[in-house]
Amino acid sequence: MINYNQLLATQAVKLQPSGIRKFFDVASKMENVISLGVGEPDFVTPWAIRDMAIASIEDGFTSYTANPGLLELREEIANYMEWRYHLSYQPENQIIVTIGASQALDTAFRALLNPGEEVLIIEPAFVSYQALVTMAGGKPIPVSTWAKNNFKVTAEQIEKAITAKTKAILLCSPNNPTGTFLNKQDLSAIAEVVKKHNLIVVSDEIYAELTYDEEYNSIATLPGMYERTIVINGFSKAFAMTGWRLGYVCAPQPIIEVMLKIHQYTTMCAPHMLQHGAIEALRNGAEQVEEMRKSYRRRRNYIVEALNQIGLNCHLPGGAFYVFPSIQNTGLTSEQFAEQLLMKERVAVVPGNAFGESGEGYIRCSYATSLQQLQEAIRRIEKFLQSLGANTKLYERQVSL
Amino acid sequence: MKLTNEELEILAILEENHRQSVKSIAMQVQLSENKVAELIKKLENENIIVSYPALIDWSKVDGKENVVAMIDVKVTPKRGVGFDEVAEKIYRFPEVTSLYLMSGAYDLSVTVEGKTMKEIAMFVSDKLSTIDNVLSTTTHFMLKKYKHDGVIIEGKDDQDRRMVVAP
Repeated sequence: MINYNQLLATQAVKLQPSGIRKFFDVASKMENVISLGVGEPDFVTPWAIRDMAIASIEDGFTSYTANPGLLELREEIANYMEWRYHLSYQPENQIIVTIGASQALDTAFRALLNPGEEVLIIEPAFVSYQALVTMAGGKPIPVSTWAKNNFKVTAEQIEKAITAKTKAILLCSPNNPTGTFLNKQDLSAIAEVVKKHNLIVVSDEIYAELTYDEEYNSIATLPGMYERTIVINGFSKAFAMTGWRLGYVCAPQPIIEVMLKIHQYTTMCAPHMLQHGAIEALRNGAEQVEEMRKSYRRRRNYIVEALNQIGLNCHLPGGAFYVFPSIQNTGLTSEQFAEQLLMKERVAVVPGNAFGESGEGYIRCSYATSLQQLQEAIRRIEKFLQSLGANTKLYERQVSL
Repeated sequence: MKLTNEELEILAILEENHRQSVKSIAMQVQLSENKVAELIKKLENENIIVSYPALIDWSKVDGKENVVAMIDVKVTPKRGVGFDEVAEKIYRFPEVTSLYLMSGAYDLSVTVEGKTMKEIAMFVSDKLSTIDNVLSTTTHFMLKKYKHDGVIIEGKDDQDRRMVVAP
């Protein structure tokens, strides 16, 4: 018998599998499940974008592209960043098209980190962040945020977590899983600390198009921050293109130069034909993005109100398509709650602890599903809460939706 | 008429699906139920919301299959009333389901529904063509409905192909 653990890299063997996967295996085998567990849009990619990709295959665009992606696409990205976020990047040497924002993050950490250097990760956080930093040889340092502060991180918290080894801070606004949106004021406070300690910000802006109440600000627009921010974005959430795996990174030229070396050796380039679809998305997709944003906003308003009415406390998140209600008053852990809810009422949610320790006591519900499904899910969750209700006294107030 | 953002939101919600409670709408637009009911009433009174029809695929119902024809009609407009008088004469027939004044090669576009082709043929020859000022008609029978009023009748995009749980 071969002991594979001896043959495999210790660090890779020790990686924790994503908490979401465990759950997926159970839920995907069940019938009649309403899923609030899906971290992707419920829209199909707009037809014009699909059509452009199909045409590019028909026209024979099947070769490699330049390592950083088609220049035409990088020009569109530069225009878009300027128009949408008032950020100016040179298409020739400040932008790389990547295989989703995930690869951009991976490449950024490989470019930034010497062994043992630390990256601050604001938790609850996307499941990949810790592993990405670890795989790049760095050390993830979680900084916990709390519901009482709408899951916003403060400058003091960051200051406290900084050591001599801190290299970078990873921000994600709007956030997966909490939906928390950092406004200009929040970001300015963080920026001061970052500058004081000479850090880099890796800014995951994949949900930037999905903000509902305030205008989006990239931290890179703040004074003195452009030169120390790596902006990561992509097509998945804004244009409903998750399966295309197309993202991009924009940064100061010296950073991109190093990232491009890593990118060319690991990936060569993003798929050629899909890049043509992305060009169409940036040129003509704005109106459809706006429609999708409006639709998410309505559903967000609905689900936040509904969850609060049935007794699960939930703040109104400023962006993304997640709500992160507390389940603490049920006396269950996040995993118990999610498991029992799935078994009893067939609603899939993701336990909050999958996103870090400070997610314990919460569940992530995605509202990227039809209003009818959301309404049915709320009915089922209410029924589930009532079945627990004997000792919680919470559910006296019966609400019919 | 200039509408507020909330009113526009309510219209968008109703246009997508008007079979939902005032409460459900109120929750989506962050207003009270009373306020939403009041705004809907106002939009109805202003005839901005004209009616709440259902889109029914009659071709699936035995004995209810319809024949639909779109008829291009050329007319001589009348002094003083233009096309309105002849349009009124046409749209009063219950078998006429829509009527538009068009630019281009003909003047009025008339949609007619009947049980059989013969019924529609009778309508065109006996009723439509005999109206004063109608110069000519060209009848196109509809063979299949793919998309109607923005709704794809049997869309592939409606299927949810996503995994049950994803990061």
